[in-house]
Amino acid sequence: MAAAPASQLRPELAAAVRTDKRAELLLGALAFGAFALIAFMVVTVVVKAWPSFSYNGLNWFGSGGDVSTELRVMREGTPLPGHGLAYFRAWPLIWGTVVTTVVAVVLALVISTLAAVFLTEFAPTRARRAVEPVVRLLAGVPSVIYGLIGILALAPWINEHLISNSRKQSVIYVVQLNGANLTTASLILTVMILPIMIALTANALQSVPDSWREGSAALGVNRWRTIWRVSLRTAWPAIAAATVLATARALGEAVMLAMVAGGTAFAANPLDGLTFFFEPVRPLAAMIFQESEGLTIATLSHTIYAMAAVLLLSATMLSFAGWAAKQPMKRYGVRA
Amino acid sequence: MASLSVSPAAVPPEALPAPREGVSSWPLIDRVCYWLCWVTGIGLCVIAVAIVAFMFVKGIAYLRPELFVKSPAASLRQTQSGGFLDPIIGTFIVTAIGTAVAAPVGIALGVWLSEYRSPRWLARVVGSSIEILAGVPSIVLALFGLLIVSKGFLSFLSQGSPQGSLGESFLCAGLFMALLAMPLIVAATYEALEQVPNRVREASFALGKTRATTIWRVLLPSIRPSMAGGVVLGMGRIIGDTAIVTVLLGLTIKNEPVGSTPLLGTLRGTGSTLTSYVYYNSPAGEGNSHEKAYAAAFVLLMVVLLLNALVTRITRGREPGRRPRWYGLTGLVGRLGWTR
Repeated sequence: MAAAPASQLRPELAAAVRTDKRAELLLGALAFGAFALIAFMVVTVVVKAWPSFSYNGLNWFGSGGDVSTELRVMREGTPLPGHGLAYFRAWPLIWGTVVTTVVAVVLALVISTLAAVFLTEFAPTRARRAVEPVVRLLAGVPSVIYGLIGILALAPWINEHLISNSRKQSVIYVVQLNGANLTTASLILTVMILPIMIALTANALQSVPDSWREGSAALGVNRWRTIWRVSLRTAWPAIAAATVLATARALGEAVMLAMVAGGTAFAANPLDGLTFFFEPVRPLAAMIFQESEGLTIATLSHTIYAMAAVLLLSATMLSFAGWAAKQPMKRYGVRA
Repeated sequence: MASLSVSPAAVPPEALPAPREGVSSWPLIDRVCYWLCWVTGIGLCVIAVAIVAFMFVKGIAYLRPELFVKSPAASLRQTQSGGFLDPIIGTFIVTAIGTAVAAPVGIALGVWLSEYRSPRWLARVVGSSIEILAGVPSIVLALFGLLIVSKGFLSFLSQGSPQGSLGESFLCAGLFMALLAMPLIVAATYEALEQVPNRVREASFALGKTRATTIWRVLLPSIRPSMAGGVVLGMGRIIGDTAIVTVLLGLTIKNEPVGSTPLLGTLRGTGSTLTSYVYYNSPAGEGNSHEKAYAAAFVLLMVVLLLNALVTRITRGREPGRRPRWYGLTGLVGRLGWTR
């Protein structure tokens, strides 16, 4: 606004203009504060984590040794023979995070695409009115309730009906199989990330211009083919973005995974065939959650912050990746 | 071929063959996909109904009125381990603090991003940092909180660190819960403001109102339902969170006030909330009494369902057309920051 200099205005107007300026400054300062806080968060967490990274180097991400033992050593303060106190190899945890996340995201990608197509294309109004609140409800259920259902209902069921005794016997010297395992964790995680994926995908499908679909229909293409060839093809960048953001959610889920993913930091082995899906895993976030009582111990807290830093940096990168994944949609002038 | 010789006008419309657009005429694979869509939609409903019904059955089976008025106690005996009065109070306090901080700040940020947005680089940076904040796992937020609350000028928030405590308290937990709820509130405010047509702003400017007055008197009142929806969503997020409570509230099963000042003492003290109570009583926690866990989880789910219904109620009829309404689920994604 091209306002006259305050000195030439009537006093009450001048006061109003001054208030306006002040409001803008105040809000701007607040916004800058928000940015500064988040930047500060990244920096402090990484700085606090640094001793663990600098001791272990890139081997921090590698395998070797048992995570539980390494953490217990830090808690008790007597180092393992041949290693320093801060010795830590996070691979089983990282592997646990990757496996649970990938299984859940792949399942959720298929289900959410079908559900979003159903919502936007096939569902009669009445069905749509039923499914929408259901999706919002699934998004609203606290993770501890998902965890409770998982550990008290789903895990015992899987333990009794899906894992045979011979399967348990086959790996008994390596790891004990029970209901808290990769399958349970991934299934519940799928349900937890479904809502955000459905919502984003449905939004994207909705933003495909009607005329494009009508054009396809006018050529005699049936509705499913139209969806497959026109809507989904236009919306795929948004679906990719939804997948990336859901991945970030899945990475950060701590409480539910701490409850149902299994008690040991075991790197489930895909070479075990089907048994792989029934082996316990321990993702990073769940480990942080369960070890949070040890934060008073210096070495242990550095290690925990190192895990947190890995999660934080991954989440940050995924945020940017989600933005980048959507860019191709701009080419069509479609904003989802 | 015979039909070609008849002029189109001679054929009454009802005599034309019905267009073949029924699903039954589609190729097999298309039909399979069509039915898969239906199965998925119905499957989602089944899952949700199953979750709610399961919690209802279990919750009502184990819920006793005295659970609401007794404080929890550390005991392995079901009859002596008390109820969840303290966790309910704890949830209430944490939600109140978190919302009280997040609502004004979130709305202010949403207003700035939508209405001022200058300098441009700052708007981009702030927008993307809020997107990042929305994606940061709450356990990481909690750890960050622990790093800074016990230091320097923030140490008044808790009892300090006499016996190995790191500075956990209701105030700390509430403050960092605010970070959890803020992105939702920013997104709701921002999106609602974007939908206010520019002529509304121009009309206000034409009447000689400044930008601040326009926002305060015209824009904010017109988006009140959306803001309220965002705030309630944020409350839901706070109520459902366990990680921040575990790390920043100290996880004492009772609310333990510090000092003798009644309200401030509680706020600076440690305690528990419904979520941490459920975790404590689940097989994964130390209490391990699933009856209490089910009962508390039932109460928690009821609160969440109530908030969900409230959001739907508040924002009903806001978005025109047959677009699905997600209320913050799609939130900020790609709408802020670098996309502008």
